[in-house]
Amino acid sequence: MAESKSLRVAYGEALAELGAVNDKVVVLDADLAHATMTSLFQAKHPERFFNFGLAEANMMGAAAGMSHSGLIPFVSTFALFGTGRAYEQIRNSIAYVNANVKFGLSHSGLSVGEDGGSHQSVEDIALMRVVPNMTIFVPCDSAETRKAVFAAAEIDGPVYIRVARPVVETFTGPDTPFFPGKANLLREGRDVCIVATGLMVKEALTAAGSLAGKGIRAAVLNVHTIKPFDSETVLAAANRCDAVVSVEEHSVIGGLGSAVAETLAGQSAATFRRLGIQDRFGQSGKPADLFKAYGLTPAHIEEACLKLLGKNI
Amino acid sequence: MSDTTLDGLAVQLRRDILEMLYRCQSGHPGGSLSVLEILMALYYKTMKTDPSNPQWEDRDRLVLSKGHGCPALYAILANKGFYPREDLWNLRQLGSHLQGHPDMAKTPGVDANTGSLGQGASIAVGMALAAKYKKASYRVFAVLGDGELQEGQIWEAAMSAAHYKLDNLTFILDHNGLQIDGSNDEVMGLGNVMDKFAAFGFECFDVDGHDIDAIAAALAAPVSGKPRFVRCRTIKGRAVSFMENNAGWHGKPMNAQEFESAMKELGGKQNG
Ligand SMILES: Cc1ncc(C[n+]2csc(CCOP(=O)(O)OP(=O)(O)O)c2C)c(N)n1
Ligand SMILES: [Mg+2]
Repeated sequence: MAESKSLRVAYGEALAELGAVNDKVVVLDADLAHATMTSLFQAKHPERFFNFGLAEANMMGAAAGMSHSGLIPFVSTFALFGTGRAYEQIRNSIAYVNANVKFGLSHSGLSVGEDGGSHQSVEDIALMRVVPNMTIFVPCDSAETRKAVFAAAEIDGPVYIRVARPVVETFTGPDTPFFPGKANLLREGRDVCIVATGLMVKEALTAAGSLAGKGIRAAVLNVHTIKPFDSETVLAAANRCDAVVSVEEHSVIGGLGSAVAETLAGQSAATFRRLGIQDRFGQSGKPADLFKAYGLTPAHIEEACLKLLGKNI
Repeated sequence: MSDTTLDGLAVQLRRDILEMLYRCQSGHPGGSLSVLEILMALYYKTMKTDPSNPQWEDRDRLVLSKGHGCPALYAILANKGFYPREDLWNLRQLGSHLQGHPDMAKTPGVDANTGSLGQGASIAVGMALAAKYKKASYRVFAVLGDGELQEGQIWEAAMSAAHYKLDNLTFILDHNGLQIDGSNDEVMGLGNVMDKFAAFGFECFDVDGHDIDAIAAALAAPVSGKPRFVRCRTIKGRAVSFMENNAGWHGKPMNAQEFESAMKELGGKQNG
């Protein structure tokens, strides 16, 4: 049985590890260190951990100042309060000048669960994607989260790492490649290509397995880097198939689905459907109940593939 | 309602709060227990509301800016008859009108959406300004957390409240001294909040935040030409000894033993 771990724990562990080999790395949090798991960094490197309290805008600005002074700040809070409340500080104080600030923001997407719509960021990828100079990683499990943290430190400029809250199976390995900007083909297939990101990658693999039982060959592409977007790989995969389905724990507007649409437009004959949150807000509920209600289960992915391929279900 | 009755009611409401939180295995016990008497003073002594007409134009308004304390509000609204008490057991479930954080579009009696801390005070300012403009007599109350005071927007709201001389507006502080990562002092010191609000132009009151009469008296004292600030000294996790003054109980679910021992300690009648 594979190991299970929350992405946020992997994030905190990776930060602590990175801090040990790079003394320029500093960590900022906004009274959520025990939720984002930057507390793991704080325990190892207390002199380089700064709690700003409930003051996300100030924290973001301070991170800009630290980066202007040669440090590499990793800023953490919930995805909504980082990309939302402090959006314009990210845009003007940080990205505008390509400041070397990393955002490791947790509790993204519907999988926040019971806290409800006020806490479920389903638009954070869109917000960050329109900001020039931004790199966006959406890791799918704990192993990929660790790689994203180390890769972010190597990039000179702002990087958003979208971290999810639930404990999920770690299904990629330490040797699974992670090249920023390069999508991973996890499964070959010639009928339909499922393009997934984050927690939806595992669901896509499950759907592909089930489709195989019905004689349908589904490819699965893990787009861990939403920006810069790997149009080349997505287009090549799409052109080997009849249909493309994108799936993400995020609004279908502005995130992975939009990036795929922008890529396919005018360049691919494949039919295409976006799975994700259909331009609505989240609400309270258990993550599994929400995934069902918002159409983000393997069964939904499978159904979308079959429909696009014109199979009766 | 006589005060001994309110004391008894506080016990029953605390039982409801814990049961709601135990059933959904999520949510925020510490700040729900600290804010209870503040909300009771408002709903049983101070505010004009009409459970049969939640949208009544002239009602007093409450913005629970520290929205994560909503189990206390939900229990009170049920007790007042805004909706059946059974609804409480669906807290945070898919499809429930009782969301993890207050939702005015879903819950009868909830006047503003909150949960993202720091925003409620401004919403209250807007409601108070609207009342002045409409020459309406209703009052507006915003209940704030002390950690929440670290948000810059709170101080923008305070500045505008004084600027517009909003004497129909009251900010009430649930001053329990704790937030998530520890005490206010450890995380981000607030300094002297009484001095700060006085400097911002508020009429300030300082009361025991578990004394319903004292809170109600501060809310009733005449104030004109400026907004009112009531600092309520409270205990996070109030009345459950293992939760009291313990930041660890900000947002932790209880296991069966913890729930049982908390209910035993509270006493009161078995919930029906
Ligand atoms: C803008 C924003 N940042 C972070 C959070 C997460 N959060 C929820 S409660 C809380 C601590 C609040 O402390 P305090 O205001 O003192 O509340 P209380 O002690 O009354 O529970 C935090 C950081 C949030 N809800 N909103
Ligand atoms: Mg507090």
